[in-house]
Amino acid sequence: MITAQNLSKAYGKTTALQEVSLTIQAGELFGLIGPDGAGKTTLLRILGTLLLPDAGTAFLDGKPVVESYRAIRRAIGYMPGTFSLYQDLTVEENLHFFATIFGTSIAENYELIRDIYVQLEPFKNRRAGQLSGGMKQKLALCCALIHRPRILLLDEPTTGVDPVSREEFWAMLQRLKSHGITMLVSTPYMDEASLCDRVALMRDGQVLSTGSPQSLIEAFDRPLLAVQADDTYRMLTDLRQFESTYSAFAFGHAVHLSLKAPVWPELVQSYLLNLKHTGVSVTPIAPSIEDVFIHAE
Amino acid sequence: MQNSPQSPIIEASKLTKQFGAFTAVDAISFEVERGEIFGFLGANGAGKTTAMRMLTGLSRPTSGQARVAGIDVAAHPEKVKQRIGYMSQKFSLYEDLTVMENIRFYGGIYGLPRKQARQAGSQLIEQLGMEAFARKQVSGIPLGWRQKLSFSIALLHQPDVVFLDEPTGGVDPVTRRQFWEMIYQAAETGTTVFVTTHYMDEAEYCGRVSIMVDGQIAALDTPDRLKSEFQAANMHEVFLQLTRPKP
Repeated sequence: MITAQNLSKAYGKTTALQEVSLTIQAGELFGLIGPDGAGKTTLLRILGTLLLPDAGTAFLDGKPVVESYRAIRRAIGYMPGTFSLYQDLTVEENLHFFATIFGTSIAENYELIRDIYVQLEPFKNRRAGQLSGGMKQKLALCCALIHRPRILLLDEPTTGVDPVSREEFWAMLQRLKSHGITMLVSTPYMDEASLCDRVALMRDGQVLSTGSPQSLIEAFDRPLLAVQADDTYRMLTDLRQFESTYSAFAFGHAVHLSLKAPVWPELVQSYLLNLKHTGVSVTPIAPSIEDVFIHAE
Repeated sequence: MQNSPQSPIIEASKLTKQFGAFTAVDAISFEVERGEIFGFLGANGAGKTTAMRMLTGLSRPTSGQARVAGIDVAAHPEKVKQRIGYMSQKFSLYEDLTVMENIRFYGGIYGLPRKQARQAGSQLIEQLGMEAFARKQVSGIPLGWRQKLSFSIALLHQPDVVFLDEPTGGVDPVTRRQFWEMIYQAAETGTTVFVTTHYMDEAEYCGRVSIMVDGQIAALDTPDRLKSEFQAANMHEVFLQLTRPKP
């Protein structure tokens, strides 16, 4: 449904995107996972026909993004990273406006947005600028959906959003999947990768790896231990001095210790006990996407 | 005015802010000890930002009181600002100034004598290992470095408390962890750290955590005690239990 081939883009001397290639199947919920500056927005803008690539090509539904931008714009919904609706129009007026410019009506596609819009309906006469952050986000999603697009491009819809609202938003996307909409979603939150069918991990304008979250986790080939002790910070410093340590990073109340070669957990335990640590526990664990990202090269 | 080393560095007592009929912060009371890393969590719209603006002397409380470093924030907002550092993810550095110019500019703002600001600047650049960037415009240096730099700048005038408003949003996983190691170092030298975050793993790095719900502090304790109180495996679950709307 979406194909990108060797897309590159630079802004002056800054390279934003460097030969990025991706293929996204119809009906997939695909995540672009990476920190600020990874090139996620640039990639979404090129695919959304809002920006010309310096090199490379991309196709949406078989149509080239540069030549067929008019046809593509009718087939896609795009939700930018910053709130871009009309602040001085009401909730209902915004929705009506976007339906009208795509030659459709709210009634015609109401069933697609019903789940989301019912939460907004009590505020339908409120100006969009007066909505809370979570409500703005829901309205923006409704406006991006009102012309029943086949492809939805969402640029960091959950950035700066608290964990509860983030979960709700992803639940909405899961429900949209049943309508067969292909979705490309960017996010800096690594934990959201597990909610996607497949993801591309991005850093510094490049794709580090692509695959289902499970396949990326299975491809992780370093032994990994979760280590806990009462004084996490001192333990972190001590673990970095351990001879078999490849890397040690804090993950909440534990430290994830990756090793140069397999080592008995007991060996790590006695190393820490010798350094007078208390409350020590060492457990082999499966990596998270964040571990995968940290170790990706 | 000077508070003794034993007394809390932040004391809020029934601190309240109303906007018209809406109570954004509803009589919150809490204390933060010197050198503590205090996590200030809550859902969007729970009142965190408003509370933080009152504590930093930017917004006047409707009622109640807060003292930061012994200074009443409503009576002496300008004095409070001299004793605190502030860093947010959104704005911190001037992009068209070089690294060194930013340091000297903020040194001036915080009232450091010119010579001292220059020395502090060179020292800071050396500590951060940023020699290669010192004469580059901030717009051209990687985001991770910018975050570390703006944190160091917030500490330039050796404040009693540093307020960090979502300092790690959008930052890559390695830099995010390096940033927390800097927070630990600052706390070890006695600086109190008051930090908001949407990353629940970071809540575990705090000495104590408060969670705001609808303008009030719904819970306040160490991460371990909160987890056992709510029978949760991690802080993410604690947060969900407190903030998810009840069915």
